[in-house]
Amino acid sequence: MTDDSMSQAILVVGGGMSGLSAALEAAEAGFKVVLVEKNPYLGGRVAQLHQYFPKLCPPYCGLEINFRRIRSNPRIEYHTLAEVSGIEGQPGDFTVKVKQNPRFVNDKCTGCGKCSEAVTATIPNPFDYGLSQIKAAYLPHELAMPQRFVIDPSIAGTEDGQKAFQACPYGAVDLGDKGQELTFKVSAVVWAAGWTPYDPTKIEYYNFNQSPNIITNVMMERLAAPFGPTQGAIQRPGDNQAPKNVAFIQCAGSRDENNLPFCSSICCLASLKQATYVRSQLADAKVTIYFIDIRAMDRNEDFYTKVKADENVSFVKSKIALITPTEGGNLILEGENTTTGERFKAEHDLVVLATGMQPNTALNKIPYDVAYDDYGFVLGNQAIIGAGTVRRPSEVVTCVQDGTSAALKAISAARR
Amino acid sequence: MSKKVCGYICKGCGIGDALDPAKLAKAAGEQGVKEFKEHDVLCSPEGVAMIQADVDAGTNALLIAACSARVKTDEFSFGSQVLIERVSLREQVVWALSGADEEDTLMAGEDYMRMGAIKLSKSEPPTPYQLEGEVAKAVLVVGGGVAGLNAALAAAQAGSQVVLVEKEAQLGGFLGKMAKLGPQTPPYRALEDTKVDELVAQVSGLDQIKVYTGVTIDKTEGAPGNFTVTLSNGEQVRAGAIIQATGWTPYDPENLKDDLAYGSSPAIVTNVQFEEKAKTGDLSGINAIAFVQCAGSRDQNHLPYCSAFCCLVSCKQAMYVKAANPEASVYVVYKDIRTPSQSEEVYREAQRQGVIFIRRDETYPSISGSGKLTLSTKDVLLNEQVSLEDLDMVVLATGMKPNNPKVVEAPLVAFGEDQEKAQAMAAQAKADSEDWSVLNLAYRQGPNLPTLKYAMPDSHFICFPYETRRTGIYTAGTVRRPMRVSQAQSDGVGAAMKAIQAIRAAEVGCAVHPRSGDETYPEFAMQRCTQCKRCTEECPFGAINEDEKANPLPNPTRCRRCGVCMGACPERIISFKNYSVDIVGSQIKSVEVPEEDEEKPRVIVLVCENDALPVIDMAARMGKTWSPMFRFINVRCLGSVNLVWIADALSKGIDGVGLFGCRRGDDYQCHFIKGSEIANVRMSKIYETLTRLALEAERINVSEVGINEVETLMGILKTFEETIETVGPNPYKGF
Repeated sequence: MTDDSMSQAILVVGGGMSGLSAALEAAEAGFKVVLVEKNPYLGGRVAQLHQYFPKLCPPYCGLEINFRRIRSNPRIEYHTLAEVSGIEGQPGDFTVKVKQNPRFVNDKCTGCGKCSEAVTATIPNPFDYGLSQIKAAYLPHELAMPQRFVIDPSIAGTEDGQKAFQACPYGAVDLGDKGQELTFKVSAVVWAAGWTPYDPTKIEYYNFNQSPNIITNVMMERLAAPFGPTQGAIQRPGDNQAPKNVAFIQCAGSRDENNLPFCSSICCLASLKQATYVRSQLADAKVTIYFIDIRAMDRNEDFYTKVKADENVSFVKSKIALITPTEGGNLILEGENTTTGERFKAEHDLVVLATGMQPNTALNKIPYDVAYDDYGFVLGNQAIIGAGTVRRPSEVVTCVQDGTSAALKAISAARR
Repeated sequence: MSKKVCGYICKGCGIGDALDPAKLAKAAGEQGVKEFKEHDVLCSPEGVAMIQADVDAGTNALLIAACSARVKTDEFSFGSQVLIERVSLREQVVWALSGADEEDTLMAGEDYMRMGAIKLSKSEPPTPYQLEGEVAKAVLVVGGGVAGLNAALAAAQAGSQVVLVEKEAQLGGFLGKMAKLGPQTPPYRALEDTKVDELVAQVSGLDQIKVYTGVTIDKTEGAPGNFTVTLSNGEQVRAGAIIQATGWTPYDPENLKDDLAYGSSPAIVTNVQFEEKAKTGDLSGINAIAFVQCAGSRDQNHLPYCSAFCCLVSCKQAMYVKAANPEASVYVVYKDIRTPSQSEEVYREAQRQGVIFIRRDETYPSISGSGKLTLSTKDVLLNEQVSLEDLDMVVLATGMKPNNPKVVEAPLVAFGEDQEKAQAMAAQAKADSEDWSVLNLAYRQGPNLPTLKYAMPDSHFICFPYETRRTGIYTAGTVRRPMRVSQAQSDGVGAAMKAIQAIRAAEVGCAVHPRSGDETYPEFAMQRCTQCKRCTEECPFGAINEDEKANPLPNPTRCRRCGVCMGACPERIISFKNYSVDIVGSQIKSVEVPEEDEEKPRVIVLVCENDALPVIDMAARMGKTWSPMFRFINVRCLGSVNLVWIADALSKGIDGVGLFGCRRGDDYQCHFIKGSEIANVRMSKIYETLTRLALEAERINVSEVGINEVETLMGILKTFEETIETVGPNPYKGF
């Protein structure tokens, strides 16, 4: 377990909490690690969250520590905008091909922002789930690691691209960037590619596309975030007004054999947390949480108890069957109150769909012979080591645990 | 090796336009950095090559005056033996003071140069701490249940020697007591064998794992890389790191006599008792059975938390009954069914097999009868009281308590002037703590792992779940939080990873989380120690022991390098090679204080580098500006702030001192757990000093700043600025 083993590198796919944990824990045990992330920044989904439950603390806080660990550790090299295109070999001797997509900004970038000032084109901000526009030359987010700008491919060949090129005093804009193919010889591969929020348009009866005031839980995180589209003010996207009566619909597409049959295990706590966002900002706002079961496991129960104590937050056990927008921009929810047995209609001015997590391995398979369950989650004890939400829907703490254990599995695989 | 110093000034990102490099170099020259080079873009390949050439020629101490130490770290790193001090001219001067006039901007630039230069001049390259004698590399695993067995196996497979200690006569823990395991593999419908015998055989069969059964731990002495553990059989083992995987104890059903009639009939059993029956007996005689969920869980009178496994266990046990007698009536009376992730399918399968789920409210069902039982409960879905008759058994789904003693910490007493009161508080805390131990640590701060809530031994349970507050000792499985078997398996492996890492850190001589890789460590100038015990009491990680004369006995491999001891020491005897009371004190003293009639106030702000510094960087990048009166100095943690710095600053005429750090209290964010809180306690004392000096208390500002709270930061700076303007100049200017 010394530096002698550095020749046996570990490749980690995914720079979110699971992948960061796997990469750092292995590197801090003396192993060389290559970390590959498809976004232009590290941090994954949690970088887009406003706060964590149950402490209501900013995810950047823990991320910053992890970023510092990366910065101070010469054994980790990381590649952003990079995706694995092929894996050959077996544990102990893998050859992994990685396709690095063009960033059009090289490592001479100082993060000064001159390119962004120069361009005029904007794109829907992927970091804000399209709730805002961002310049087509942009820093992905305030704490982005690396602190390096990105030029959107849509302007690379345009006059705007030229403006960015000319504005950069450091020769960092490279409009001819074609990306590159990288090849790594490694002894183990950890797959921590994370998750994608379930597509709300697939739940037809919720009419997601028919009203801007129907949003998803991940969008709500951006609405509450200080660097989000509204600088943290919770507003209805339809008219930028503060909502007075917010509905959270739990299991939107989850625990549903027509959509995601499994439970995503974080949505209950996420909605409880988001209820606190609303309530801490809007003194008179009412919140209603429509649920099947509230799943606040272990000490998170205390958080549920705390939110329940707020008189303005009510809980209705009901599966909402239909959402219909009104002309005024409100939403009519229909369902059966399973406690009273009555069918009801309720009007709300903002509806948050607590959509679940779809493993990214359900959407993009690993280019290797890997077994999955029916939902696309990676099974255990295979040549490729799954970690985090590609194995099961999990909250942050479980991802960190799982990433840490994946690191040791990778080290053991490397020894064989 | 002698120090060869050179400074480098970057002129990119607007620095060259806003500041005169010659004047910056001159200011740094006053504090010991005489030689300077400039570059248009220091982080460019050419700029880095220029520095590298100097390093190759023997320069080993670099003052890099460019951007924040949080960016361009790859470019500006030249190996651990080259000292680097970064001066954040771009963020803290050029960007943040873009609204200030030229003179004020230059004065700030010069001050930051002085502060950087004096720090570099007084710093030395680290010499990693080396334990005396051979580093113990074995991993000690305490507890031979699911988590412990998996930890032991994973550590051994990764090449480590392992000592596994189990208090029972055989390995297996609760896994060994189970009849079957719930569905674990797709399609998540069928019960599975526990395969505990295979797991135990695998562990017992490996030469690298030495197994002790029927043995507990009498005493644990030492530190990571050098633990000596005395077992109850009298043997001593050495270990480099420890994993506590001591599992759980079922909630005592005797406490449920009133609520759920436990004890009134032998047919009322707990889930653990039912499992035993399922393993050893025949269930085919059961025609009707009810499971009561949350029996003593999610209940302020019992266990307030959710035990996370009971819903799945009841689904599994319901399936046992259905397998033995498909015609049996099986009811599960619940508040919420909690079958997360893929285990939703297990719930669905139980329903498919005909198990009837009845949702109750907060009121416990009433259970009565001798012989056949009757259970009456509110069914909230039907909105009526239902009565389940002729039940052969009622199973109470009781929860889990961690097998770890609860520790209640006394309020910080080091500064308590009333020693009697302090001792009374300490005695009360001791009385509130549980009086037993797993590891029996021979540590100054007590034999147990500190706990936050519900006796769960952790410190940052969201981001860094393995971190206990005792370095090199990790917890795994249900001792840390309620979890099910599949999670405990993975958790054991993760804890083994942390243990292996801690041993390597002890070998190399560097810190573990959160200052991973830091090769500095606190050194004590013992001849000046007055045995005041503050360092030994305040260390958040219990790193420092004490001899019988109250001299501190540091254990560097237990140390996390936060500097809380350095902040605590009134005699200033504790120093790191690049961080000491003298170094920061000298930085403060190097700030130029303009005469009173110049009307240029000066405020020193000591900022926590973990959260407060990033938010300062972020604010500057976003175009926020602040008054040129502020001078920021990075500290490792607010807990490392020594009060003498504040006295130094005020006595030289600095108008105000700020301490910006992380949130404290129950939901603390301090990465060193108590640093922020300790700073706050200490500052309550400085206010008394201020009053004595006839200085206004408002000159001191202790604030909590979250890492994304740019607006909060701006508000604090604005208010502080106004306060300083209002209270006027420090009368000690010019003394």
